[in-house]
Amino acid sequence: MDINIILAGVGGQGILSISAVIGVAAMEHGLDVKQSEVHGMSQRGGAVVSHLRISDQPIFSSLISMGEADMILSVEPMELLRYKPYLKKDGFLISNTKTVVNIPNYPEEQVLFAAIEKYPNRVLLDAETLAKKAGNVRAANMVMLGAAADHLALEPSYLEEAIKHIFERKGERIVQLNLDAFNAGREAANQYLATV
Amino acid sequence: MKQFLLGNEAIAQGALDAGLSGVYAYPGTPSTEITEYIQRSKTAIERNVHRKWSANEKTAYEEALGMVYAGKRAMVCMKHVGLNVAADPFMNSAVSGVNGGLLVVVADDPSMHSSQNEQDSRFFGKFAMIPILEPSNQQEAYDMTRYGFELSEKFKIPVMLRTTTRLSHARAIVELQEKISENQLNPPPTSCSDFVLLPSNARGRYEHLLKLQEKLREQSDQSPFNEYVEGSDHSLGIIACGIACNYLEENVRKFNLKYPYLKIREYPAPKHQIARIFEECEQILMLEEGYPMLEELIIGYFRKVKVIGRLSGEVPRTGELNPFLVARSLRIELPESETTPELVENRPPRLCVGCGHADLFNELNVLTDHILGRRIFSDIGCYTLGALPPFRAIDTCIDMGASITMAKGASDAGVHPAIAVIGDSTFTHSGITGLLDAVYENSNITVIISDNSTTAMTGGQHSIATGKIADICRGIGVEEAHLKVIIPLKKNLDENIAIIQKEIDHKGVSVVIAQRPCIQI
Repeated sequence: MDINIILAGVGGQGILSISAVIGVAAMEHGLDVKQSEVHGMSQRGGAVVSHLRISDQPIFSSLISMGEADMILSVEPMELLRYKPYLKKDGFLISNTKTVVNIPNYPEEQVLFAAIEKYPNRVLLDAETLAKKAGNVRAANMVMLGAAADHLALEPSYLEEAIKHIFERKGERIVQLNLDAFNAGREAANQYLATV
Repeated sequence: MKQFLLGNEAIAQGALDAGLSGVYAYPGTPSTEITEYIQRSKTAIERNVHRKWSANEKTAYEEALGMVYAGKRAMVCMKHVGLNVAADPFMNSAVSGVNGGLLVVVADDPSMHSSQNEQDSRFFGKFAMIPILEPSNQQEAYDMTRYGFELSEKFKIPVMLRTTTRLSHARAIVELQEKISENQLNPPPTSCSDFVLLPSNARGRYEHLLKLQEKLREQSDQSPFNEYVEGSDHSLGIIACGIACNYLEENVRKFNLKYPYLKIREYPAPKHQIARIFEECEQILMLEEGYPMLEELIIGYFRKVKVIGRLSGEVPRTGELNPFLVARSLRIELPESETTPELVENRPPRLCVGCGHADLFNELNVLTDHILGRRIFSDIGCYTLGALPPFRAIDTCIDMGASITMAKGASDAGVHPAIAVIGDSTFTHSGITGLLDAVYENSNITVIISDNSTTAMTGGQHSIATGKIADICRGIGVEEAHLKVIIPLKKNLDENIAIIQKEIDHKGVSVVIAQRPCIQI
């Protein structure tokens, strides 16, 4: 079993907390995990990407090769397409629909979403709105993780345990908020797939 | 016990578990998280392990050297260009030797993700004639800190641990070893002249370092980190160094390759193992993350066997490796990869909304845009992003501190205005001495210290002269009348422009401190 995931976003959106949950869940269940991160200059509002690999065999490279990602999980829709060359032919695209427009030449939204909707294996959702409903817009990351949960070949309950573990020291209320956001994302993704 | 650690965190944890007494460093991507991890570590706090930031890499190195002079284990961490700053104590500590384990951790940045060059620190290690360890994964990064301290104490010389961005900034599962306790205080005897590098002593010490080389080569040939892997297809042999071993093994497994290969993770390079692969194989592929250092060394040595790699073009001459490039160098047929859809635009890093540097750049642009051939000398930090649109406000960024000194040199040549823009942390790292030069000659320069009270670009580490910048300038002789403090806010635009204009017009050294805390703190 090998799963290769590209996590994408804009510096400051916190994609690393998504990969931390997946990483801990995989490690706690005896799988090997490697995850590359971006630190430094790009974190200042630039494009950021994290490669996450999970396997029941030892993993060597922390980087994913072109055409080998099972999923691209992006918290920003244009960033989703930036890493498209990494995706396997039948790979999965999961993206937040909320754009981050911090460059003057950002593509028109209509054109952008038309390009994304060309790919049948996709889930698009408005993570901020779902996170707000769950209690706090800052849990948008966990909404995105929830949307991916049924496509990671990891039991979603493992991810819930990892969320509990990671947010434990911030108190029960924060744990519950993140679990709610996770479940809201999961539900929304399944609804989306039922309607596409 | 298992943990999911960044390469940098594995080094930090490895050092703590191996009896570290002090870490010394100045922040620099991709090395910063080593020291930050130790600063947060409960163990380090309980044991009172030294973990505060130093002014720059040179002071950090010398402080670490003082700690090992006293017999303890110390680690000094920096990015690759930081070793340029620390080069003086680095080279000489190889001659003096050490009295406790000294691990010099240098994080290189091939592909220049956050740096101005991609220099390969293994050359520095070779230059100083000390052992170099180059982990290929996070577990080795952890294990090698302990092994590095042991080597350093066995041979009584500093040991370099060289990582690259992809190792420092990737997480993997690391199995921790048993903790060992710190060394006792054990200064060398007072009669010891090893640390007095007068020429008469230094010559002897240098002879000693040269004699040590054969022992280091023997050590490397037997090292647990240099490994010859047998293979049945001798049409090609591969020598892989550091993280390149991972990319090679990824391909070996995926494509079921049968070539023999040599994994090098300790230097000086293992002579006998290299000779063996050259004897057994018809052609050698060199895979190095960084410069073609070994490739250059061995290309002419075994004349009958062709060597391919970065110099011959099979591997790109610049940039970091990845599994894809390694597969291509192994002549594995790969499907043509797609390209990124055209509508995707570049998204370069930028100053945060509400950043004080932005207001300063707006002021400078209003002031100087009309000056033909205007040049503003700048430096290394978040404010380097002022070179990009929409500001295009600065014209140079070479190395830490070069804004002030280059402005001075340009002023010496007759350039006016000669304006330098430098951050507070960069000023304390390497700007003070340059300003002293300018004060000494009363050079006609205007130095703007954009003081956000933190080391922002690397993530907001404590800037060690916070609150003291004006006093430092006064102390080295900047005239009170030409030492101004402004607050770069939109509402102060006109007032600030008037102040800066007046100081540009002043014929002599002026310092304007633009003070506004980073919005991230």
